[in-house]
Amino acid sequence: MLAVGLVLLLAAGLGQGTTRGVLREELLLRPLPVGDVAAVFQFRTRWDADLQQGAVSHYRLFPKALGQLVAAHGVRELHLALTQGFWSTQSWGQPPLGAPAGAELWVWFQDTVPDVDKAWKELSNILSGIFCASLNFIDSTNTVTPTASFKPLGVANGTDHRLLRYAVLPREVVCTENLTPWKKLLPCGSKAGLAVLLKAERLFHSSYHSQAVHIRPICRDASCLAVSWELRQTLTVVFDSFTSGQGKKDWSLFKMFSRTLTDACPLASESKVYVDISPKNKEKQLLEVTPTPTSVHEAIVQGDKTTYAVYDLLSPVLFNTSRSLNVQLKWKRPEDSSELSTPIMHAQRYVSGYGLQTGEISTLIYNTHPYRAFPVILLETVPWYLRLYVHTLTIITKGKENKPSYMHYQPAQDRKRPHLLEMLIQLPANSATKITIQFERALLKWTEYPPDPNHGFYVSSSVLSALVPSVIAMKDVNVEESPLFTSLFPSSDGSSYFLRLYTEPLLVNLPTPDFSMPYNVICLTCTVVAVCYGSFYNLLTRTFHVEEPSRGGLAKRLANVIRRLRGVPPI
Amino acid sequence: MAAPLVLVVLAAVTVRAALYRSSLAAFIAERVEVASPLNAWKRVVEGLALLDLGVSPYSGAIFHETPLIIYLFHFLIEYAELVFMITDILTAVALYLAIQDYNKVVFKKQKLLIELDKYAPDVAELIRTPMEMHYIPLKVALVYLLNPYTVMSCVAKSTCAISNTVIAFFILATIRGSAFLSAVFLALATYQSLYPITLFAPALLYLLQRQFIPIKPKSKSFWLFTMQYAALYLCSLVVVICLSFFLLNSWDFIPSVYGFILSVPDLTPNIGLFWYFFAEMFEHFSLFFVCVFQINVFFYTIPLAVKLKEHPVFFMFVQLAIISIFKSYPTVGDVALYMAFLPVWSHLYRFLRNIFILSCMLIACSLLFPVLWHLWIFAGSANSNFYYAITLTFNIGQLLWAADTPHVLEHFHVWMKRMFTSF
Repeated sequence: MLAVGLVLLLAAGLGQGTTRGVLREELLLRPLPVGDVAAVFQFRTRWDADLQQGAVSHYRLFPKALGQLVAAHGVRELHLALTQGFWSTQSWGQPPLGAPAGAELWVWFQDTVPDVDKAWKELSNILSGIFCASLNFIDSTNTVTPTASFKPLGVANGTDHRLLRYAVLPREVVCTENLTPWKKLLPCGSKAGLAVLLKAERLFHSSYHSQAVHIRPICRDASCLAVSWELRQTLTVVFDSFTSGQGKKDWSLFKMFSRTLTDACPLASESKVYVDISPKNKEKQLLEVTPTPTSVHEAIVQGDKTTYAVYDLLSPVLFNTSRSLNVQLKWKRPEDSSELSTPIMHAQRYVSGYGLQTGEISTLIYNTHPYRAFPVILLETVPWYLRLYVHTLTIITKGKENKPSYMHYQPAQDRKRPHLLEMLIQLPANSATKITIQFERALLKWTEYPPDPNHGFYVSSSVLSALVPSVIAMKDVNVEESPLFTSLFPSSDGSSYFLRLYTEPLLVNLPTPDFSMPYNVICLTCTVVAVCYGSFYNLLTRTFHVEEPSRGGLAKRLANVIRRLRGVPPI
Repeated sequence: MAAPLVLVVLAAVTVRAALYRSSLAAFIAERVEVASPLNAWKRVVEGLALLDLGVSPYSGAIFHETPLIIYLFHFLIEYAELVFMITDILTAVALYLAIQDYNKVVFKKQKLLIELDKYAPDVAELIRTPMEMHYIPLKVALVYLLNPYTVMSCVAKSTCAISNTVIAFFILATIRGSAFLSAVFLALATYQSLYPITLFAPALLYLLQRQFIPIKPKSKSFWLFTMQYAALYLCSLVVVICLSFFLLNSWDFIPSVYGFILSVPDLTPNIGLFWYFFAEMFEHFSLFFVCVFQINVFFYTIPLAVKLKEHPVFFMFVQLAIISIFKSYPTVGDVALYMAFLPVWSHLYRFLRNIFILSCMLIACSLLFPVLWHLWIFAGSANSNFYYAITLTFNIGQLLWAADTPHVLEHFHVWMKRMFTSF
């Protein structure tokens, strides 16, 4: 009897165990070429349950708020990023996880969703509540359906782009109020594990801050017969350690976060800190990390071989000597005028032209690869009040016209939807490609301007998605085993890797009416219309008669008598 | 008589060709006074580009031309400059011929009245001599072709010139008495810019008068002819619209062209009254005021038809002026069309009140448009109110002019016949 009970309990425990989630947490510290330090936190909850069936009622690691959202709105994949600042690819190298300035949301819906637009609207409103962000401002005027730029990152059987919605709010300001709900979704909160480092006062005292949530279905095992759900919470922050460290490029965890690590999150099955110690020039190891890492890991990230010092917070060795882990990095000797290794692809964008009538958006895309050409998909979303003229679109590479091999253009409709321009452009080796398009600035209704109209209007970043040729051939690695920062984007083949870059958002001024004038304008214009009405009414009702000159009335006669006396001709 | 006309045409072509080659062409094409969202050449090119990309030109908010225009330029895009010069010349020639015919009629009528001794004896100086009437058609062509407004809208390749040509042909057909052609051209003009529908009334009046059908609601022939003309007009309109449908195989152009004209969503500044008014309008009342403003074009037609039934051509002129004042996206090309008629009524000017002030107003405003635009948009030293003020003044000038001439006409005719009327 007892044995049977034990077996039953065990079975129940096992059953529980199969749908239990797995949490992995990871921090990647990467010194950037100019002396800044990028810290990338990734928290990955993997849940072997099918959220879509709606049968799930018991949530453990996976946050219930998001799980229910996915189930209720037929979400297949959800990517939300809130970013403050701009990742400067030119000086920082390629971003570990690109995101445009402001808020970015893109969602793939299930094909069972009857009304995608309605689901999208509801979803953005709920997310707005969950993350305390102004995502409720996502409406048809800033939502687009890209055809090529955004492919599902998880398992998908069919990519009908009508199930995709993409929106960016470039004006969104990211702050503590967005960070707190994001931290609350973590299984350990900010009480234990890597999340203790996430202190708002340090995170927002930085050059770049980007937090994101990615939900996607992934293969449960190699055979891929069932799906698991993956929630990835990522946070990228760039500290300017050079200026804050009195001209030294050395840094430590404590210096950056004013905290140190004491333990791993008890719920996590893996908790690691990676420090990028790849030698920049081959001969000498220039930097030194303390304490000694538990292991060294080599991986091919973004097409290049990189070496990482790994601290496994779950290994007991680490906390033997001291109670806390404070990773430090020292440069052995000041790096002699470090020449910046330019990234293979980078881009910039600007507005040109003067005055408030017309203008031109120029995008420059560089391919610095010495001998390989590769294609890039450019996605531009321009709000309707900048009226794009697609016949003025020019793409020039090395002084020659470069015809896009694929082009999708959806013109804007006033107050309804934005312009969407997607192009597949071939970037020849070692070239700069300039894309220009002219626009006209619209005059809006006075109620359509934001409270500070002369600040200007933001145009969201354009998105560049490319398969960039890698320097070193990549090997197929097991996604579950490899570090998290290598495994968000699916790798295609060994010779190239997927890269998504975001350009600068633009700030464009529009002509403004005088906001103090509505009553005056209404009065004056209506007066003109009334004058017109009056004149025509006068004409239409008056009849002309010729009156013979008569002697006039008594008054006239009197006046004439007086005039005659004065010696003036009578009237 | 043809020689001076050819001379005028040559001069006009030379001016236009010179301007097309000059650096001014780009500047003029960007002017908001010359090119409105409805008829800017840049938007026509954009429509063609969209068509080439396989996107419906009406799926965006840029292109608002009719399908026939886009197909016209689909084939003639290379010769656009030539097309616009030819349309201008055709307009001028049509107006020339129309006014020539009209003057013959007027002269005959005057002769008849003199023979019947209906004029007062002391109006001899007001009786129009064949000599001065002889040059009126030429003056009309001259005023149309060499008017800076026409030249600019031709150089800017504003499709307004094409609407003007259609209207000119409509006037010619009407004055020649061809009810069928008149209806066809009226339908084309309506199709092109909607507002010429109001010209139905003067055309009908003229045709009735020409056929000596009394304009009385009780007369059967009056109704018969009206029905005939209306049916012709509607049939041609339906044919044109269906043709457009078959060209693009969609009805998208209806909301994109006529919806755009009527609901005024694009508030790009122009010389009209709409843009700033609706930019400053409270959202709640927007629809109401759109209706109030749009009705102005149609509102005066019936009363004017009653009042000016003796002078249908003059009525046509007044109606054209009203359209150019109250249309939602007016350009100087529209103003140029009714201005071309001014020489026809040159004998009335001595009675016109404030003619000097009004002319000065119009000229000063025309010169100030680019100045204030520059100050607002480029220099940033003025704001939108400056430009608005000048559009307001320009419209008041036009309006007083348009509303004053009918007075004078009435006055003139009463004066001429006063012996008759006073006894």
